[in-house]
Amino acid sequence: MAEEIQLLKGNEAIAEAAIRCGADAYFGYPITPQSEIIEYLAQEDPYNKRTGMVVLQAESEVAAINMVYGAASTGKKAMTSSSSPGMSLKQEGISYLAGAELPCLIVNVARGGPGLGTIQPSQADYFQTVKGGGHGDYNMIVLAPYTVQEQYDFVKLGFDLAFKYSNPVMILSDGAIGQMMEKVTLSAQVPRETKDYGWNVLGKSENRERRYITSLYLQSEVMEQKNLKIQAKYAEIRKNEIRYEEIQTDDADYILVAYGISARIARKVIRLARAEGIKVGMLRPITLWPFPSARLKELAPKVQGMLTVEMSAGQMIEDVRLAVEGAVPVKHYGRMGGIIASPTEVFINFKKLFNIA
Amino acid sequence: MKTEELLIAGFGGQGVLSMGKILAYAGVMQGKEVVWMPSYGPEMRGGTANVTVILSDEQIDSPVLMKFDTVIVLNQQSLDKFEQAVKPGGRLFYDSNGLQNFPTRNDINIYHIPATAKAAELGTTKVFNIMVLGGYLKIVPIVNVENVEKGLYKSLPERAHKLIPLNIEALHNGASIVEVIQEV
Repeated sequence: MAEEIQLLKGNEAIAEAAIRCGADAYFGYPITPQSEIIEYLAQEDPYNKRTGMVVLQAESEVAAINMVYGAASTGKKAMTSSSSPGMSLKQEGISYLAGAELPCLIVNVARGGPGLGTIQPSQADYFQTVKGGGHGDYNMIVLAPYTVQEQYDFVKLGFDLAFKYSNPVMILSDGAIGQMMEKVTLSAQVPRETKDYGWNVLGKSENRERRYITSLYLQSEVMEQKNLKIQAKYAEIRKNEIRYEEIQTDDADYILVAYGISARIARKVIRLARAEGIKVGMLRPITLWPFPSARLKELAPKVQGMLTVEMSAGQMIEDVRLAVEGAVPVKHYGRMGGIIASPTEVFINFKKLFNIA
Repeated sequence: MKTEELLIAGFGGQGVLSMGKILAYAGVMQGKEVVWMPSYGPEMRGGTANVTVILSDEQIDSPVLMKFDTVIVLNQQSLDKFEQAVKPGGRLFYDSNGLQNFPTRNDINIYHIPATAKAAELGTTKVFNIMVLGGYLKIVPIVNVENVEKGLYKSLPERAHKLIPLNIEALHNGASIVEVIQEV
């Protein structure tokens, strides 16, 4: 079969990917800049012609994340999406999903905050996403796409990882990636199927033990054992699932660390810098959790400085500093509130921060 | 031509975003890398709308740009705001309809597409934006007309396919009315 290429918005790519990878259910509540996800899915009509996927506009973000909990309990591929203020509302549900070890996909097409903020792109939800916006010791696997193609690909990858580790997976995107259109190579349609994973509630047969999905363990000793089990799983994820991309780090004197739309800006900054003879490279974390700390630590002694480019006051910079353990100066440049710094602006500030003439 | 970085700006409702989309689709048909990046702020409601389109033979880095190879402005506000965003030696296209103040830079190429007047004369105001696209493509043949047509078939729902010949005609009309104001 010939390659199928389409021009899609980042948000549309999420929706198309969900259908094509055989997702069973989407529950969501509209919010700019990600409403095209539910719009695109809803256009397929409620019992969508291609796969029969359930698409439901919930009464709120809180309802949507709890619908995901219910669907995920039965071993269905369930997902939700929102943007920053809506994602704050989902935090309680995410903690419960992590506590009950349920696989699901959550998409945050982030916008400027705090509060109701703006509708323009932002990366100020990094802390909320990777440090646990809800309560308790938990982590989500966090994927950060920087092209519309990745926005598409990470839906299937996200579901695969969620089911492999029985854990919520987050795609942390931003308004720019969500709204822009690029070429996407589409994958073949996969049928929906629900397997017996040994934990999902499928209707109890007579001679099978009952299955119980909960995050409530009133005895502290039992709760601690649950925590230890989850932590062991996280250690496994840290070992296996760190993903990153390196661009021209081989001979670099300076390394930019950026994800999402900022990594696209940073790629241009590399060109601008190299045109002036300044050897700049980039490490782009693809998984924000687990974070590519070990690789950053390896690179640190080879360079004179690292700059995180983030659309925030500087959040990921804390993880970069932890990774390099003071071996190299780490600085930050970024705009807030929905403003994307241009490559030239980042380059000028990069030179200022590292005193390069 | 390796890369064309283009900004189209005008009033919301003039078809700025869809014009960019049609060009982007044509780029896909021509095997190019493309990015279509809209402004989607609250300023779109009744105010100005703009879209960045990048067509390239190479991987596209930043979709966020401050300077453009080409800027197409369709109202006074957009001209005032984006005339300075044209790279020196770049191109500025405008439609004089409703303009009080005209472009002043002397280090760029300037073209006039009287699309509003022509569309009104032909009674085809709905394809005004395609006429602008035709004028632009006459000067900057980054994609060919066959690929614009293919792109239209791919991007429009089937019920709108009967309008495609009208669009292609508008493309040719646009090409016939574009005037050189200055070339550097």
